[in-house]
Amino acid sequence: MDKTFNLILRGVGGQGIITLLSIINEAAFIEGYDVKSSELHGLSQRGGSVETHIRFGEKVYSPLVSRGQADLIIGLEVLEGLRGFSQANSKTKFLINNYYLPFSGSLKKEEILGKLKMISKSNLYLISASEICKKELNNEVVSGIYLLGYAVNKKLIPLKTTSILGAIKKVIPEKYLELNKKAFGLAHD
Amino acid sequence: MKKILLGNEAIVQGALEAGVDFVSGYPGCPSAEVGDGFKDIAKEKGIYAEWSTNEKVALEVAIGASFSGLKTLVNMKSFGVNVCSDSLLPLAYTGTKGPMVIFIGDDPSCHSSAQSEQDSRGYAYLSRIPILDPSDPQECCDFTKLGFEISEKFNIPVILRTTTRVSHQKMPVTINSKSQILNPKQISNPKSKIPKGVFIKNPHQFCTMPPRVLEMKKELLQKIEKIRQFAEKSKINKVIGKKNKIGIIASSISYLHILEALKTLGIQLPVLKLGFFYPLPEKMITDFIKGKKKILVVEELDPYLENEIVRLAKDKLTIYGKDVLPTVGELDTDKVCIALSKITGKKFVIEKSKILDLPKRSARLCEGCPYWYILPIIKKVATEGTIFGGDIGCNMIAGLSPHNMQDYLFSMGAGLGISHGVGKATDQKVISIMGDGTFFHSGIPALINTVYNKSSPLIVVLDNRITAMTGHQVNPGMGKTLMGENTEELKIEEIAKACGVKHIKVLDPINIKELEEAVKEFLIKKEVSLIVCRRICALLLKKQNG
Ligand SMILES: Cc1ncc(C[n+]2csc(CCOP(=O)(O)OP(=O)(O)O)c2C)c(N)n1
Repeated sequence: MDKTFNLILRGVGGQGIITLLSIINEAAFIEGYDVKSSELHGLSQRGGSVETHIRFGEKVYSPLVSRGQADLIIGLEVLEGLRGFSQANSKTKFLINNYYLPFSGSLKKEEILGKLKMISKSNLYLISASEICKKELNNEVVSGIYLLGYAVNKKLIPLKTTSILGAIKKVIPEKYLELNKKAFGLAHD
Repeated sequence: MKKILLGNEAIVQGALEAGVDFVSGYPGCPSAEVGDGFKDIAKEKGIYAEWSTNEKVALEVAIGASFSGLKTLVNMKSFGVNVCSDSLLPLAYTGTKGPMVIFIGDDPSCHSSAQSEQDSRGYAYLSRIPILDPSDPQECCDFTKLGFEISEKFNIPVILRTTTRVSHQKMPVTINSKSQILNPKQISNPKSKIPKGVFIKNPHQFCTMPPRVLEMKKELLQKIEKIRQFAEKSKINKVIGKKNKIGIIASSISYLHILEALKTLGIQLPVLKLGFFYPLPEKMITDFIKGKKKILVVEELDPYLENEIVRLAKDKLTIYGKDVLPTVGELDTDKVCIALSKITGKKFVIEKSKILDLPKRSARLCEGCPYWYILPIIKKVATEGTIFGGDIGCNMIAGLSPHNMQDYLFSMGAGLGISHGVGKATDQKVISIMGDGTFFHSGIPALINTVYNKSSPLIVVLDNRITAMTGHQVNPGMGKTLMGENTEELKIEEIAKACGVKHIKVLDPINIKELEEAVKEFLIKKEVSLIVCRRICALLLKKQNG
């Protein structure tokens, strides 16, 4: 990989974004990349928008992805995914959980999906991760892990399965290990 | 060995490697993970750690430990320095005995701060306490250790100042594996040896009073000049890059943005990176700017460095700073690229991304939050025109939709003080709300004032059995300490009674009828009244139930 990989991970506070970020960080580290990330705690974790950045490559300085520089935007919710637009360029891939968490004053889901399709064109991967995880695993919180499995499988992120599994083992407490591995495997196999 | 650490975890690691004995602090964002980091390891590592009632007390506790010879770490967020500043200034005069590092987390862009976009570096000028300003987690670890070294060498406290993007940045950090943070799961056999120092009486050092206090000020000024000499030689101030007529001076996260920006623009310029904010290595700066035509100073928030450099440059060259960079909000690579482009003439086209005007998703009360019961009832019962005093914490969400019941919001504990003022100045009815954490932090003096000076607000304490907003830290109402020991459980209603409040009710807010009756009854009282709404935070309950 000759260029730094820039990833934006977005969602709503409480969706397990920081855990997902830690797994990706550790996986990149396992593969020998330099890695930097930036996360936000506190107020935004109370149900607000959460935007986190991960960058890995040979040498990374700033933890923040510049405007228009994202290679991949993972959105755990449709509107939050759409917000990633400011860091997107014409080649940016959008991997979006087809999951809608409205709030008062929010856009209608069809409107959000319409905008997403218009912006990302053929680069949109709209996946019903929450629905699938709920059905298959009776747990929505792992939908981010499911999306990560999808991303690895479709080569949207330059990380190997073995490194992600190693990272999951490192980050996830014993009790939830199987659940997370299953969620990752679901989209991956 | 290398390990991915959050900036704040790296500070804990650095403190462990330095052999810290004693930790005190008060939680806030982005600093809380430092105090929290000692929760599970303190006993095992033979360290004493506490959450104090507020930052002023936390600092004073640390001063006592330092005077007893222990190596001490204090932790707080930006606003905490305001609270403890009354003791911070004399501490610079007395100096330390056991070394002390004071960690302060600033929050440019107010990601998690309601009250102001504070640049705590300004306290260097007020207190004359050295400030180190790391850029990334590796430096968080290294500068913490260096801070202890400087403190030990010069008997002065050292401030380690970060920002959200430093404290909440992750990267692989080289650590000394011998003192690595143990995984809580691995801790099986706590040594539980809490360190003990010895307090050796020395009023000459520990008591400030005229005429000695002016002597102390002189000694402090001399000390700072010695530390400046140390800073001149310190490796944390460094020059990188080749000679050029244009140079850059940067600190904190801005240093990382500038490296990124130079790469983006494909230009090479010399950069002076300052790890010391105070005292500044003035000779090093003077040497760096000598012969240059232009200097760009890249720093977030206030132009402190810029002003110093303008002074040192004595009009011999052009200094750019806040004329090309914002004073409001954090910096990023794009903003730095634009500034660089302006002064070098190098073209920079920002990737055109149409700004989408999307509705903002603001913070809201969590599902099952007890405040969902309280706020609507208060609003329903309150008569037209009632003034709502707000305070800091999850409860400040009262100011947002759908509640919209907050007429002022300042700093922790300020709501009630202001409510008393409004009550005295008008005939309007005031309802002042505050969290349990805030009640203990700084609500009590305001409560005493309200009783003493006779105004009649209805105070509603939202006792969710935890300091919630900052990530669930114990407080004096919980009966538990940071290290997990049992302790006296202070009752808010008993404190209120002792402060002279005559009308007090304690209730579980899910009994909304009872709450409604209580609010109705108290709203017409001619004296101050207080309702404690006691019900555990929904997130905490979920955590406890695993
Ligand atoms: C001086 C100062 N210290 C720390 C903080 C950080 N802080 C923000 S909210 C909060 C918690 C308040 O807890 P509590 O009053 O119990 O309210 P809750 O979040 O539980 O509603 C703290 C400590 C601050 N804003 N100011």
